[in-house]
Amino acid sequence: MLFKNVLLGIFVGFSVLGCSGQKCDTKPTITIWHWMTDRDAAFQELAKKYETLTGVKVNFELYDPSDAYSQKIRAAAQGINLPDVFGILGEKRDFASFVKAGHILELTSYMEANNNSWKNSFFPKALAVNEFVSNNSYGINPGIYGVPIDIMTIQMVYNKKLFAQLGLNPNHPPKTLKEFLDIGPKVKASGMQGLVSGWGEVWMIDCLANNYAFNIMGKDKVLATIKGQVPYTDPDWIAVFSVFKQMKDSGILADGLVTMINKSAEQLFANEKAVFAFNGSWCVNVYKGMNPSLEYGAMLPPQASDKFPMAIWGGAGSSFMVNARSKNKEEAVKFLIWLSNNDQQTYLAQATNNLPANKNSLSKIPEILAQFSRGMDSATHPNIWGVSEFSPVIETFDRGIQSIIIGEKTPEAVASEVQNVKERQIAKQKAQ
Amino acid sequence: MKIKDTLENYIFVLPAVSIFSIFYIIPFIWVFYLGLHSWDGISFTKVFVGLENFKEIFLQDKNWWQSIYNASYITLIALTFQNILAFMLAWACDREIKMKNFYRVIFFIPPVLSEVVVGMAWRFIINDIDGANIINRTLISLGLGQAAHNWLSDPQTALTTVAIVHCWKGFGWGFLIFLAGLQTIPRELYEAARVDGASAWQSFKKITIPLMIPVMVLVAILTVLGTMQVFVLIVSLVGGEFAGHTSVPVLRILASMRGSSRFGYACAQGITFGMILIVISFIQYRFSKKGQ
Repeated sequence: MLFKNVLLGIFVGFSVLGCSGQKCDTKPTITIWHWMTDRDAAFQELAKKYETLTGVKVNFELYDPSDAYSQKIRAAAQGINLPDVFGILGEKRDFASFVKAGHILELTSYMEANNNSWKNSFFPKALAVNEFVSNNSYGINPGIYGVPIDIMTIQMVYNKKLFAQLGLNPNHPPKTLKEFLDIGPKVKASGMQGLVSGWGEVWMIDCLANNYAFNIMGKDKVLATIKGQVPYTDPDWIAVFSVFKQMKDSGILADGLVTMINKSAEQLFANEKAVFAFNGSWCVNVYKGMNPSLEYGAMLPPQASDKFPMAIWGGAGSSFMVNARSKNKEEAVKFLIWLSNNDQQTYLAQATNNLPANKNSLSKIPEILAQFSRGMDSATHPNIWGVSEFSPVIETFDRGIQSIIIGEKTPEAVASEVQNVKERQIAKQKAQ
Repeated sequence: MKIKDTLENYIFVLPAVSIFSIFYIIPFIWVFYLGLHSWDGISFTKVFVGLENFKEIFLQDKNWWQSIYNASYITLIALTFQNILAFMLAWACDREIKMKNFYRVIFFIPPVLSEVVVGMAWRFIINDIDGANIINRTLISLGLGQAAHNWLSDPQTALTTVAIVHCWKGFGWGFLIFLAGLQTIPRELYEAARVDGASAWQSFKKITIPLMIPVMVLVAILTVLGTMQVFVLIVSLVGGEFAGHTSVPVLRILASMRGSSRFGYACAQGITFGMILIVISFIQYRFSKKGQ
């Protein structure tokens, strides 16, 4: 009897102690899913630092490649099983779908608290990618729904050493399309490769084509085309498609460009086999890893027209959103405020060679990264235009440019094809 | 008692049936349901569009039918070149040749390699820009410089190059099945034929081929089903659809899902593709029955 009572007492004692331990642990754990392999180590360091400062544990979970991450997020959204903080890879309409489904917390009130202190710390164009404006075509309540973690621009880079070998001035990259095309025969004669880029992945073609569209016809006409008010058979659009034909004819494009993935393009440029590359500012970290002694500079795509300025894609590179259904919403927001402040943004910029989203964190970045940041003045992005083109139209557009580059179709034929698909999509939309 | 026995039997199969239902039957039915809707894969609401997705596939989507044509082209090369090679190698290994066990192991290595690895390795071998350009260098050193070519970046040769690499990777499966089939043919038949004065060719034509027809049908059906679904090799060799020249049905389905966020349409494409494969398999089966 005594033995049984002692055993019972020990059991009760352990149970009470166990429960006491649980009651003491009141700090939540914030779970963040991301895809950024180059930043995971830096994120883990920042998570440790935040836990030391606040006692709140932050759990960064990496899922790569980005395609797999994207599918994981969609599946989690369907199962209402998203983590506290996550990112969305895709077009603005995908972002809008997540907001409409109630997955994303609106952050406007947090951004505007304390005299807009959080909001004003960001580059406006970085924030614009995460914002839905009044009367947007997606039907989303106007507001800010994401936090930019970094900014990026997609521009051209050129190898200074190869420039000198071609008899060109390494400090004066081509500013006009004519100057750019004139380098083509020199590149061909030397046996070097000209422009490399991941044009096997069609979105990069779309990016450069849009840059030239803004340069040739201006933003208003580009947006009017998306709205269906201007046909793709307009002479200005044929001029855009013709830019690629001219590039192909001049020999400035690398061989096999249309089947090239961006990783191969990065390797070719880093190994000094290509004179030019069309890539994003994330390439600074990539090239540093592949060839730390690479001497190169950043430049805007050479202008085809003087009528309108050249525009490049830029803005928020990566952003985080807060799960509206999370039990740790407030803590998640506090962490993101901390992550996006000057010190943490400077640390991330130095550790990963990505441009900071906080405009006060630019002072200690390398010169080449600073050249990319200057391109922000010319930056735009489809996610801030307020309208989206139909996906089948974009696909036909990009494939058409690939066909021009491989010499299968003319700019006029591609323009006609794209317009046919556009008209079909408009008719379908009206019927629904 | 009988009811009790029946119930007991059902209880024993219930776990397997449940798992099969959850992971196969229900998703299968769900795909049909989604194919009748317009859905972006994110929203909780789906818009019923009836047969509109299927109408678009059959009447408007030229890219889809080009992908079916490309996949059929790769499959035709696999059915002929790949399977003839597999059969001849299996036949050689079935005979008493030196080092046949070594060949059996070597020929089975390509199929067990990952498609990504195979694609990247062959891209390195073939490609002249970001690769070692071994094929072209060999042709030039043999005095056949005129045959040197941008095999992967020329739209005229890209698909055939993909098909040949696919054959290299895939012939090992056919080799294994053919070898197993050849080994089931009784040796006495060949001995009896030899005694009756039949030549090697006659033995091959009158004994080997007829007895191997069921195996050939099996290999042909598996080749069609496997090759029509190829896509990983294309992505790692060529980077993507190459303006439609290396487009295949699975890549089109992925493009609808990921590129366009049109999950309903992607499901309709999947159903259409599945029906095409069923029809092809059925035709092959009926053809083989008539042949027997």
